Amino acid sequence: MKYLSEYRDSELVATFIQELHRITTQPWTLMEICGGQTHSLVKNGILAMLPKHINMVHGPGCPVCVTSISVIDEAVYLAQQPHIILCSFGDMLRVPGSKKNLLEVKAEGGDVRILYSPLEAITIAKENPNKEVVFFAVGFETTAPANALSVVHAHKSGIANYSILASHVLVPPAMEAILSDEENKIDAFLAAGHVCTIMGMEEYYPIAEKYKTPIVVTGFEPVDLLQGILMAVQQLEKGTYQVENQYTRYVQREGNRMAKETIATVFDISDRIWRGIGPIPQSGYEVNNRYKNFNARLKFNLHLPVAEENKECISGDIMKGLKKPKECPNFATKCKPEHPLGAPMVSSEGSCAAYYHYSNADSILI
Amino acid sequence: MTEKIKMNLQCPMPKFDFDVITLGHGSGGLLTHRLLQTGVFDIFKNNLLDQQHDGACFELNGTVAFSTDSYVISPLFFPGGNIGDLAINGTVNDLAMCGAEAKYLSLSFIIEEGFTMNEFWKVLVSIKEASDKANIRIVTGDTKVVEKGKGDKIFINTSGIGLIHPKAKIHHKQIEASDTIIVSGNIASHGIAIMSLRKGLTFETNIESDTTNLNHTILSLIEKFGNDIKFLRDPTRGGLASVLNEIAELTKLGFYLDQNLIPIDDQVDGACEMLGLDPLYVANEGLFIAVVKKEIAASFLAALQQDVNGQHAAIIGEVTTNNPGSVIMKSRIGGKRVVNYLTGEQLPRIC
Repeated sequence: MKYLSEYRDSELVATFIQELHRITTQPWTLMEICGGQTHSLVKNGILAMLPKHINMVHGPGCPVCVTSISVIDEAVYLAQQPHIILCSFGDMLRVPGSKKNLLEVKAEGGDVRILYSPLEAITIAKENPNKEVVFFAVGFETTAPANALSVVHAHKSGIANYSILASHVLVPPAMEAILSDEENKIDAFLAAGHVCTIMGMEEYYPIAEKYKTPIVVTGFEPVDLLQGILMAVQQLEKGTYQVENQYTRYVQREGNRMAKETIATVFDISDRIWRGIGPIPQSGYEVNNRYKNFNARLKFNLHLPVAEENKECISGDIMKGLKKPKECPNFATKCKPEHPLGAPMVSSEGSCAAYYHYSNADSILI
Repeated sequence: MTEKIKMNLQCPMPKFDFDVITLGHGSGGLLTHRLLQTGVFDIFKNNLLDQQHDGACFELNGTVAFSTDSYVISPLFFPGGNIGDLAINGTVNDLAMCGAEAKYLSLSFIIEEGFTMNEFWKVLVSIKEASDKANIRIVTGDTKVVEKGKGDKIFINTSGIGLIHPKAKIHHKQIEASDTIIVSGNIASHGIAIMSLRKGLTFETNIESDTTNLNHTILSLIEKFGNDIKFLRDPTRGGLASVLNEIAELTKLGFYLDQNLIPIDDQVDGACEMLGLDPLYVANEGLFIAVVKKEIAASFLAALQQDVNGQHAAIIGEVTTNNPGSVIMKSRIGGKRVVNYLTGEQLPRIC
C-alpha cells in the first residue's frame, strides 16, 4: 500500500537493526509514549530484533488506559439515562468502571453508539431533538481539536441538545511526572508523533533540558520506530539530550496552529486524575466557561462518588515504565481481555493487550 | 472447473395483498397461505417442495453431511450480495467444507412486521438465483412474523443436507506437520464491504462482499486431489485468525504464517488501516482455507487459481511441530508474533 509499505520495508528495518547492534555499548532504557507505538513494536515482532542492551518500556499514551474509573462511571451513569444517547469511540466500551462497562449498559438497553468522529454526534443530535446527545471526549492532544470543533459547530448551529464529557489528557505533564518519580529509570523518550503533529515540539525542549533526557518525536510504522530508537541511542551513546524529530513528514516545530487555536477556544487546562498513576496537576483539558452549556458535567450536574481502582491492577507501574505486563502476577491468569482488572488489557492501545494478543517473542520457536 | 454463471432470472414481483408484511402473514391462516403460494412455492417450485407435507421426504444414497446456520446481517443489502444469497451460500459452503455436495436445504424466515414486500421479494429472488447457481433445492421451510421492534427486518435460517464425496477425507485429525496452508483468495473483503455501509462510516469504496457458493470449486478439487486435502474451512465470522486458532488448538500443532504471502485487496487493506482493524479477524464469505499435503500444494494451488473462486489463491504458511497449539506469524518486516483469538468484537479505536 503506497505511503505505508515504504515504512514497512524489511531491508530498511534490517539496516537500522544492524546499526543499532553496532553502536550500542551499554544498557539503555527507552520509553515509547504512545500505545499505538507499543502495539506496532509488539505486533511486528520488533522487540525481539533489538540488541539485548536496549530495553523498551511502554508509556502512558493510551487514552483509554489513563481515563480514571470515576470518569467511566460518569459515562456509564449518563448512558443509563433513558433520555440520553451516549456516543463514544469504540475502545472505551470494554473499559471497566467501578460496577460495569459501557458494553454492559448497551446490552441492558442503554443507547450507546460507537462513532469515528465527534461530528457524527452532532448529526445524531440534529436527528434526535427530543434526546440529549453526549459525546465521550476522550484522548490526548490528538483528538482534542476535533472534539473542540464539535462544540464550536454545535454552538454556531444552535444545537442545544449536545454536550461532551471531556476526559482529555496531556503528554508533557505525564512525562514530567514519570521523570520525577524517584524510581524512574528511563534514559530516553520516543514522543508520540501524532500528538506532536498537533502540538509541535516546543513543549518538549524544557523537559529534555531539565531532566537531561533525549526526546525523539517518532512515528508508528516499523521503520519510524527503529529510526526513532536509533536516533535516541545515538544521543545516549554521545551523551547529548536534544529534542529531535524523526516524524518529519508530519511534525513541524510549531505544530498545527489552527488545531491549537481550536483547542484553546473551547478548553481550559485543568488538573486531571490519571488511572493507575493518580492526580497530575495541569494535565488535562476541561470545557471552558464560554462553552459551559456544552459541558455534560455541568449540564447533568454530575457529582458521583469517587470510585476506587482495582488494587490488583498494576497498570500505574507499567505506564510509568517500572514494570512490564508479564511481570504482573495477574497477567493472562486473573486478568484477561474477557475479564480485565484494568483498562490496559482491553484497550486496543493498552500494553497488556499488546502482550496478550501478540504475546512476546521470547516464547516463539521457529 | 466452475465458471461464473451470469444469472438472467426474470422474476417480476407477483401481486401481493399488502405492501408490507403484517402479523397476519405469520398467523398460519389465509394471509400466510397466500404469501406462500404466490411468493414462495411458485419461485422455488420443485417436486419435493410440491409435496407440501410437513416435511420433505426423499432418499439419499451415501454418507450424509448436515449443517445449519442463521443469518442476521445488517444492512440486508450490501455491495456484492444480500441476506438471501448469503443464507444459501453460507450453508452450501459449510457442507462443502465437510467434503459434501449440498443437495437439499430448508429455508426459514423470521420477519419483522412492516418489512416491505418489495424487499422481501428481492431477497426471495436472490435466494432463487443462489440456489440455482449452487444447484440445490429448497425442500421445506417456515415463515414467522414478529411484532415491530422485536426483530431486525428479516432473519433467515437455512439447514442443508449433502452427500459426502467418496474421495473426501476431511478432518482436522488428518493434519500433520509439514502440511501446507492455502487460502483461496483475498481476505477480509466481506467484512469491510459491510462496514463501509454502516452508519457513520462514510468512506467511499467499490469493495464488494466475496459471498458466493464454493461447492463446485471444492468438489472438483476433491475429485482431483482426494484425501491429500486434509482440512477445509470457510473463515467467516472471526476471520482467518480464528479458524487457524481453532485448528491449532484441536491438532496441538503449530500454524506458521507469513504475512507477506497473505493476499488482500489494496482497498480493503487501506480501509482496515484507516479503521484500526486487523484483516486477519475480519469476516469472509466466499473464501476457504485448505490444509493440504506438502507434495500436492503446488498443483493444488495451480488448479485452484484456474477456478473463478481461486484467482487470488496463495500458499500462506505451513504446519509445524513448534509452538504446538499456537498460530505464529512472520511479520512484513521479518519479526514474529503470536496471532491469538479475538476477544469480543473488533472495536474501532480512538486514534
